[in-house]
Amino acid sequence: MTRSLFDKVWQRHIVCEESKERPAVLYIDLHLIHEVTSPQAFDMLKSRGLAVRRPERTLATIDHSTPTRKNPDGSRPYVSAQAENQVNTLLANTKAHGIETHGWDSPGRGIVHVMGPELGATRPGMTIVCGDSHTATHGAFGALAFGIGTTQVAHVLATQCILMRKPKSMRVHVQGKLQAGVSAKDVILAIIAKIGVGGGTGHVLEYTGACFDAMTMAQRMTVCNMSIEAGARAGLIAPDETTIAYLRGRKHAPADFSSAARDWLSLGSDKNCSYDKEVTLRAADIRPMVSYGTHPGMSMPIDGVIPKGEPEALSYMNLQAGSPIAGTKIDTVFIGSCTNSRAEDFRIVAKILKGRRISSHVKAVFVPGSEQVKKQIEAEGLDKIFIAAGAQWREPGCSLCIAMNGDTGQPGELILSTSNRNFAGRQGPGVRTILASPATAAASAIRGVVTDARTFEQADRP
Amino acid sequence: MSIQTITSKTVVLATANIDTDQIIPARFLTTTSREGLGVNLFYDWRHNKDGAPNDHVLNTNQARDSQILVAGENFGCGSSREHAPWALHDYGFRAVISSEIADIFHANALKNGVLPIVINKHAHNWLLAHPGAEVKIDLTRCEVSLPGNGGVSRFNIDPFSRHCLMAGKDELGYLQDQAQAITDFETKSET
Ligand code: SF4
Repeated sequence: MTRSLFDKVWQRHIVCEESKERPAVLYIDLHLIHEVTSPQAFDMLKSRGLAVRRPERTLATIDHSTPTRKNPDGSRPYVSAQAENQVNTLLANTKAHGIETHGWDSPGRGIVHVMGPELGATRPGMTIVCGDSHTATHGAFGALAFGIGTTQVAHVLATQCILMRKPKSMRVHVQGKLQAGVSAKDVILAIIAKIGVGGGTGHVLEYTGACFDAMTMAQRMTVCNMSIEAGARAGLIAPDETTIAYLRGRKHAPADFSSAARDWLSLGSDKNCSYDKEVTLRAADIRPMVSYGTHPGMSMPIDGVIPKGEPEALSYMNLQAGSPIAGTKIDTVFIGSCTNSRAEDFRIVAKILKGRRISSHVKAVFVPGSEQVKKQIEAEGLDKIFIAAGAQWREPGCSLCIAMNGDTGQPGELILSTSNRNFAGRQGPGVRTILASPATAAASAIRGVVTDARTFEQADRP
Repeated sequence: MSIQTITSKTVVLATANIDTDQIIPARFLTTTSREGLGVNLFYDWRHNKDGAPNDHVLNTNQARDSQILVAGENFGCGSSREHAPWALHDYGFRAVISSEIADIFHANALKNGVLPIVINKHAHNWLLAHPGAEVKIDLTRCEVSLPGNGGVSRFNIDPFSRHCLMAGKDELGYLQDQAQAITDFETKSET
């Protein structure tokens, strides 16, 4: 029987088969934890007198409630005592249970979905969970990775397993080559716009086709990251030479790397395997995309006019159906989040910003995804370009993506953001969000209005 | 806390695609406890810009007495925060009815005494059009009874989750009972 990548990874991790009466018991290879969704899980363990079954399969970071600035004396301006307590609770819990933790003192600290791959902890064929819906990011490596709730975090801590029925499968095929100036972020926004915010519910996506074959790992992570925004818990891309080259030499890479790599290459979907659903897009049709509403399914080509429909969302966004979205005045640009905060993203931004100034009415907040990204960008001197252009270069963390650490927008302001969610109030009460790629964000920062980076570059040529 | 039937008047939030950031905004997630989140349920919907409570349906006594929330299509999309069902439960809801419920929220709700009930579009439309209708959810028969000529509507629920809910058991106990199988799996796959 032919099997898909998803079938193969699922099969390898079954402890007890699923039946009509019972879900499968699925073994989890890697459990990522952070401060927001784990404290109640450790409490559950404590109240039952349970230990962490496999601390060495657990990896912790602090990212959501962490300040992205430092006080002059080196201390951290937490948004509240409660936030500081939440971070300290994570550090105390992981210390008590012997879990590898990337806290303030670690050069490996970062947003959980940026950190895992950087450390080589994320590897093909694994099952990976985290109390965080963007765990789908790790699917870029051909790992079956999905978000779980806090009760399940406790299940994994205690038993290294979860109970789950096998989801359905859906193939998202993007054939051909992208046009110049079109990025991975545009691809995933186009996919979500096509299948809808609930289009992947109950399914695991597999992204196939030349479009993804040509992508770097950072680009594949951008795509898989937003699988959840189409309702899918997981999204996978088959491991290939790009995957192997990325992982070689990383901290957690397996000792017998070449035999592991051979195994990874065998994971790809068999020819003619079947999926429960399929959708196909042509890469050449995809244009740079921006969102215009209050969920990522409400996304459109940047050179188009705002569609009708969902009047409540348009009224929240204060946008007019029938008007072009390009040219809309913005107040803030946020470049960061587990979707677009890797070194590659910031290099694109630096190329556009070099020698230019950000519009005087725009506040620009750039937040690297990890300590490693920060270090790398600074080693390349790109932070100087950002600062000279008028942007703030912050400490790594989730920051304005979720606005729970004190980095937040003002009611009514419009933020052009490289993050993944434009829900009402996501970046602060009453704040309006437009999702876009790093290139769009950089070009828009300079002009002060939503700007197509392609026209920007043309108009700007000497 | 075992559940067999729930009978209550409904509260209706007809908006489609209600995400977990609406159910409980992220700035309330710095807590390390699961208690007391009900006051922050739909906080930004229930308060004016100046922070004063407005006339939203969830600020009425009728809603506070209700155990059943009827919501628009694709309820609970977005983040995996279990704070969403914790807040709903703390407020007093024991069930959410919609025509589609997002995966992670669905799984989280089942583990926290909030029944996620997906019913057909016809019955869903009827419920959306009749806020405050007295509805009976019967978990033993997997049926929702609507009053008057609304009729009876079946729903599907995972048999294992249903068993746990009706017996008032939780899944961790079941997983712990599989310890031998888990050890065998580890021995096999790690050698
Ligand atoms: S960057 Fe945003 S989406 Fe990613 S883990 Fe942090 S809060 Fe979640």
